[in-house]
Amino acid sequence: MAYPLTGRQFYEGLKQGRLLGLKCEECGAHTAPPKMACAECGSVSVTVTGLSGRGVLRTFTVVRVAPEGFQAPYIVAVSELAEGPWLMGNLEGVAADQADESLMGRQVRVGYRILPPLDYAAGEVVTITFSLE
Amino acid sequence: MRRVAVAGVGMTRFGRSDLTLVELFAEAAMEAVNASNIKARDVQALFLGNVLGDFEEGQLNLAPLCANELGMANEVPATRVEGACASGGVAIREALAWVAAGFYDIVLAGGVERATAMDTPLATRTFAMNSDARYEANTGVTFPAVFAMLARLYAQTHGLSLQTLKEQMALVAVKNHRHGARNPLAQFQKEITVEMVLQSAMVADPLQLFDCCPFTDGAAALVLASEDVITRLTDKPVYILGVGQGSNGALIRQKNPARIRAREAAAGQAFRMAGLKPSDVDVVELHDCFTIAEILASEAMGFFPYGEGGRAVEKGETTLGGRLPVNPSGGLKAKGHPIGATGVAQACEIVRQLRGECGERQVEGARIGMSDTLGGDLATVVDIIYGV
Ligand SMILES: [Zn+2]
Repeated sequence: MAYPLTGRQFYEGLKQGRLLGLKCEECGAHTAPPKMACAECGSVSVTVTGLSGRGVLRTFTVVRVAPEGFQAPYIVAVSELAEGPWLMGNLEGVAADQADESLMGRQVRVGYRILPPLDYAAGEVVTITFSLE
Repeated sequence: MRRVAVAGVGMTRFGRSDLTLVELFAEAAMEAVNASNIKARDVQALFLGNVLGDFEEGQLNLAPLCANELGMANEVPATRVEGACASGGVAIREALAWVAAGFYDIVLAGGVERATAMDTPLATRTFAMNSDARYEANTGVTFPAVFAMLARLYAQTHGLSLQTLKEQMALVAVKNHRHGARNPLAQFQKEITVEMVLQSAMVADPLQLFDCCPFTDGAAALVLASEDVITRLTDKPVYILGVGQGSNGALIRQKNPARIRAREAAAGQAFRMAGLKPSDVDVVELHDCFTIAEILASEAMGFFPYGEGGRAVEKGETTLGGRLPVNPSGGLKAKGHPIGATGVAQACEIVRQLRGECGERQVEGARIGMSDTLGGDLATVVDIIYGV
């Protein structure tokens, strides 16, 4: 059975300014990033759809000890999209040393960033970003 | 299904080692074999937890090399299992299943890791490979960062100020170092203070250095035997009463993990199989890779209501001498966390506790013990209940 929306297609969509996801024809839930089946009910009756790209920042941290290939400090955050799915990304436009609890619950907009080539990665690495609205 | 018991156990000193993976594991495994009054060639299968041997030493297919090193027969299947930091727990559960099913009577389960063979940036990267490479690890998220974000979610979900939670987390570190100071095999055997935790370097805020377990080299092993043969191996069998393993997807798929579903599943399976409930447990070794992780685990296993695990630490309920001693070995925090071996090291501690062999960290009269091992972004959890 064909994969409904690959990770590569998901990131190509982001690069063209569209946040793509799946809409479930059985339960109505949205799934993003994509999966083989609906993230809520497991149905494979899903269609590719565009999402608003807007959400709420639910949690974050400032990474001070970075993995090989990354330069600390930077902010990693998880946001809840208006349509329901949660995404992980890097918060941009806020200095790491300025990140504080006031970020919790802030409205964000989803973007993307292309990383420099990384060892042990399956091709081009694109990352989700968030910016405050 | 046959009942399965632990015969002998073995564990190296945890910390930094010059031994290779094969050598480290051989030390722990031979100790377990000797303690079981058998020869290595009596072992019928090996299940070996190891996560990062390829990055640590350029070594793959470790299990048959280890079996041969010990002198096991060519007929013996030797299999590496990998479930991130839960690999050791997965190895025990796999070994248990083959014995319970009647395929084998005597099986060796173990784990080994040499995380300090990697420098900190590479170790941090390879540990992060246990997150979803497509949608999480590409953000540069690290394991401290995952638990840092969980700490913030936890504080908000339960209406705690981050400062209150940080003080509760610091008390977890202080407790586990106090326990580790009583464990001659622990990586850290020095007590620390709340001030030391709160003044340590920031790793991924709100997690500071002393909220985090160290990188560790170490190995642990145990011999499992069927009820049919166990009395030939030991006069102090420790039975596995219940076992469970749960799974989940990437952290983002779990949304707010105020409840850790894979852990609830693992603990639930183990309690149902054992016919026991959380209040029956006398001693626990659980997955405190970070201080917040101990609080999360103690709740999801059913020992404390959600949101109250930190209060239990404040009240001293989880310290040696408390109502439910948690991590008397020092836990991952002080004993150390050689990720492929951790689940087996937890089993070693529970077995020694139930045999009354733990000296000044002994939980008096312990008869039921439980281990909890977690891998990835709350993605793999193995819980095991032991009894005498
Ligand atoms: Zn659905």
